[in-house]
Amino acid sequence: MARAEVAVEITDLAVSYGSTHALGGLSFEVPAGQITALLGPNGAGKTTTIEVCEGYLSPDSGSVRVWGLDPVRDCAALRPRVGVMLQDGGIYSSIRAVPMLRHLASFYANPLDVDDLVARLGLGGVRATYRRMSGGEKQRLALACAVVGRPDLVFLDEPSAGMDPQTRLAAWDLVEQLRADGVTVVLTTHLIDEAERLADQVVIIDHGRLVTSGPTGELVGGGGVLSFTASEGLDLVPLRTRLPAGAVVLEGPPGHYRVEGEVGPQVLSAVGSWADALGVSPRDISTGRRSLEDVFLDLTGRELRS
Amino acid sequence: MSVSGITTAPGGLSPMPGAAPRRRILLSQALHEIRTTLRNGEQLLLTLVIPLLLLVGLSHLPTDLVGHSPSIDAVAPGVLALAVMSTAFTGQAIATGFERRYGVLKLLGATPLGRSGLVVAKTLGVLAVEVVQILLVAVVAFVLGWQPVGSAPSAVLLLVLGTAAFSALGLLLAGLLRAEATLAVANGVYLLLLAVGGVVIPADRLPAGVASVVSLLPSSALGQGLRDVLLHGQVFPLGPVVILLVWALVAGTITVRTFRWS
Repeated sequence: MARAEVAVEITDLAVSYGSTHALGGLSFEVPAGQITALLGPNGAGKTTTIEVCEGYLSPDSGSVRVWGLDPVRDCAALRPRVGVMLQDGGIYSSIRAVPMLRHLASFYANPLDVDDLVARLGLGGVRATYRRMSGGEKQRLALACAVVGRPDLVFLDEPSAGMDPQTRLAAWDLVEQLRADGVTVVLTTHLIDEAERLADQVVIIDHGRLVTSGPTGELVGGGGVLSFTASEGLDLVPLRTRLPAGAVVLEGPPGHYRVEGEVGPQVLSAVGSWADALGVSPRDISTGRRSLEDVFLDLTGRELRS
Repeated sequence: MSVSGITTAPGGLSPMPGAAPRRRILLSQALHEIRTTLRNGEQLLLTLVIPLLLLVGLSHLPTDLVGHSPSIDAVAPGVLALAVMSTAFTGQAIATGFERRYGVLKLLGATPLGRSGLVVAKTLGVLAVEVVQILLVAVVAFVLGWQPVGSAPSAVLLLVLGTAAFSALGLLLAGLLRAEATLAVANGVYLLLLAVGGVVIPADRLPAGVASVVSLLPSSALGQGLRDVLLHGQVFPLGPVVILLVWALVAGTITVRTFRWS
């Protein structure tokens, strides 16, 4: 079987603004036909990364290839193929949604049907000029602008910022339909639920460096979590001897305990018999998957939402 | 008029990348620039209302004040110069400054239009609006009794060089300053040049020390060049042509080096 096609290949990418190192040696690949989320706190370098891919910035060192091409040198070949949604703006302030989309559509050989696109994103009833649109309407129009030319790769910078929950679902639906139809999607986000819900692959970056990357399922599915509260400072050594191999227990904030690993009957019975032997009764017992937030915390010791 | 794509199963979003023919892209953007300019009230005030009011108003001034009889013959070439300045410099600077602020230049630069296409389309748009201005000014001037003389190709050359010089200066502002600052400077410079820039009122009617400086400005070169040709019948206004060419080249070079797209 042939190696899966790579849409974007980033190797040792470094970018500085003056003396500030925005990116320092970032490497990852974006597989074709998938949704890849660049996840990280504000200032991590997410926007800088995609702006290099879009040809807006030149790397100080390292290389970026989009469909095997150089985003700056081969911009003429890439522009028809790549859809761009900026983090903010990009649209004439006094234009309405449909005229803006029709105008952009006129640049392409086989654009999407504008009326259909407007209906999909719930922009049909929006009569306001861009300046007077709500944050969510602006974002949906910018998303429509990114896809109207029928690109095979789209870069979406914080696509759901400013959207209410309902319009966020409409935007997510569109992104999932893009993937279903074979479009490669790269999006940045600092929202864990967005990355978990949408992305096939997550690339977590912080301080301009790769924290980790991999298929979303592998990152979050590598174990579960059992958490409970009980009195502070309990002796965890007897519990550790009872737990199955690979499971780890620790006390986070005083009185809050977490067991991480394959959470199954063995773990539950280990916790039960340990508590019974100590004569304590655990409260607020809950089990769940490890979230991306847990992954990020484990790897960096920092909160993702900063 | 609908630009309709071929929607294919299942989601109708399957990739079908491709740019439209270059000529169609440029035409589309140029038409967009023209529509935007002609629909904008403030732009119309600047590009049509003020020049036409000046044309009518100044043509009724006593001939000894204008220095030529009939007055309209001396006033019309200056108003043509003002029309070029208003569109290529002030109007273009303000529109481009705000487009830059709102990320429009950045986004369009990533479409098949591209940055160079955007500049070409803006230039086509400016030239088209100028044709409308020149036709309207000429018609009103003819009604007022204007009888131009001189070489039409020389007049066109001056208008084109003036457009190049003022476009470069307008884009220099738009690519360098904040949008609000561009708005203020572009309007302020317009008013200043209108008053003492040798556009409508010849530089040689200003105090001698001022006049020698003003006559080197593109506003004076364009106004005086058009008067040399259309009023005095000069075949080739070498001085103004050289001054405009130098402004266009110098301002153009600086603009290309300093323009920030976002």
